[in-house]
Amino acid sequence: MIRIPCPFCGERDHSEFSYGGDATIEYPALDASIANWHDAVFQRQNICGMQFETWQHLNGCRMWLVVERDTMSHEIRSVRPAHTGMAKALEDET
Amino acid sequence: MTRFSGWNVFWNGLTGQTGWQRQWRDPEPKPHYDILIVGAGLHGLATAYYLAKNHGLKNIAVLEKGWLGGGNAGRNTTIVRSNYMMPGNREFYEHSLKLWENLSHDLNYNVMFSQRAHVSLLHSPAARDAAARRYNTMRLTGSDGELWNLETLKANVPLLNYSPDARFPITGAAVQRRAGTARHDAVAWGYARAADQLGVDIIQNCEVIGVTRKNGQIENLETSRGSIGAKKIGFAVAGNSSRLWDMAGLGTLPIESHKLQAFVSEPLKPLLDQVVVFGVGGAHFYISQSNKGGMVFGGDLDWYKSYAQRGNLPIVQDVAECAMSILPCLGRVRLLRHWSGVMDMSMDGSPFICKTPLDNLYLNAGWNYGGFKASPASGWYFADLIANDRPHQFIVNHDLKRFERGYNIDERGAGPDPKLHG
Repeated sequence: MIRIPCPFCGERDHSEFSYGGDATIEYPALDASIANWHDAVFQRQNICGMQFETWQHLNGCRMWLVVERDTMSHEIRSVRPAHTGMAKALEDET
Repeated sequence: MTRFSGWNVFWNGLTGQTGWQRQWRDPEPKPHYDILIVGAGLHGLATAYYLAKNHGLKNIAVLEKGWLGGGNAGRNTTIVRSNYMMPGNREFYEHSLKLWENLSHDLNYNVMFSQRAHVSLLHSPAARDAAARRYNTMRLTGSDGELWNLETLKANVPLLNYSPDARFPITGAAVQRRAGTARHDAVAWGYARAADQLGVDIIQNCEVIGVTRKNGQIENLETSRGSIGAKKIGFAVAGNSSRLWDMAGLGTLPIESHKLQAFVSEPLKPLLDQVVVFGVGGAHFYISQSNKGGMVFGGDLDWYKSYAQRGNLPIVQDVAECAMSILPCLGRVRLLRHWSGVMDMSMDGSPFICKTPLDNLYLNAGWNYGGFKASPASGWYFADLIANDRPHQFIVNHDLKRFERGYNIDERGAGPDPKLHG
């Protein structure tokens, strides 16, 4: 079991989360060329080692997170909300 | 090399088993080969064998970073079937099944191929309609397929949970009788022995650590046992294709590496005479009984990308729950081992056997869940591609450019998300 320290809920089992995928993919503009879209949709870095990836805390706060995780050892180096400014916005609201 | 035969077994039984020789040589790598295959798994070994046998080529070597058959060849559930429907896949997997049917004789090695039938359980009218379409397609293209109603299924597979109160009551099954299982190690050893007899050098403990390119070609592979050159090079390293591709300076592939677990129980008396598949709702489960009596079964991927050859516990629980829901009699059976293999999960769930941007490099990758059953045809068509420098008509769309053409070979219709092509 991987334990993911959710910035909102604390450390939880990975089975509470849903795996998104490579967080470094940047989708091109809607009118970008087919080649750009092809690369974004189909091509993958498939890193063996540390990579940034998205997870959603589905059975928790339901927030999307960007997790820096080693794809060989499964060690987690960092976790942050996927939407920048989200943590601050939530704090400001309260 | 002593041929295996009833007579030889009898003779060696009388003479103290002294007449057997080692099964394949352990040669030192030469500085240059005509053809180098990277990866001595089932696909790499089969490729080398068919290059030598079908195309009469010599001076071939297979490089393996560990020991042969130590990767996914030993990390699967040994199921062989051809119930694929999409053009290309249909012909390819059917040819593979035909090769399996004669493989023991061809290799002079008993791969213990057992055509015990592959039984996919059905739970709804929609599932039956979809199965009818798929299995009719198979029948129309020279294969076999049947739909069983509940009575036939009960008569053939009596121990399933047929309770009408089950969460997903069983209503019938789609069956391929020619499908079955084989002994995974024997396939690796059989191909290795047969390839070695035809002069192929199998070089173990030889990891590729670098690729030297010159003029749009690969000149040398730098390995842990020195630099080795070749006229033509084939990569057959599913699980680690992206790493070797990157090492060759070729960028990215439409592949993610995911891991798939499988399990074997303690040996039991004969209990299940078919391969049974249970897939409905969130469940995904397949089970058969090995010749030693162990129940061999597996389920879904671990859902997150990984290169680690070890599985996670939530999937163990999922698979155990599936087992209990269709075979409640397994409730007190103890697990003997479980293991995990790293799969090349491709963007449409179908493989790649194709030429590459480099003139003398050929790629065999992206086998998803289907690597074991595919290995004879994979070797057959990969050898054909390397020998003739053009794809056979069956694999003409199994190339890296198909997504650019808008051509997906997506059996499940799951879309471009590798983890969904289970």
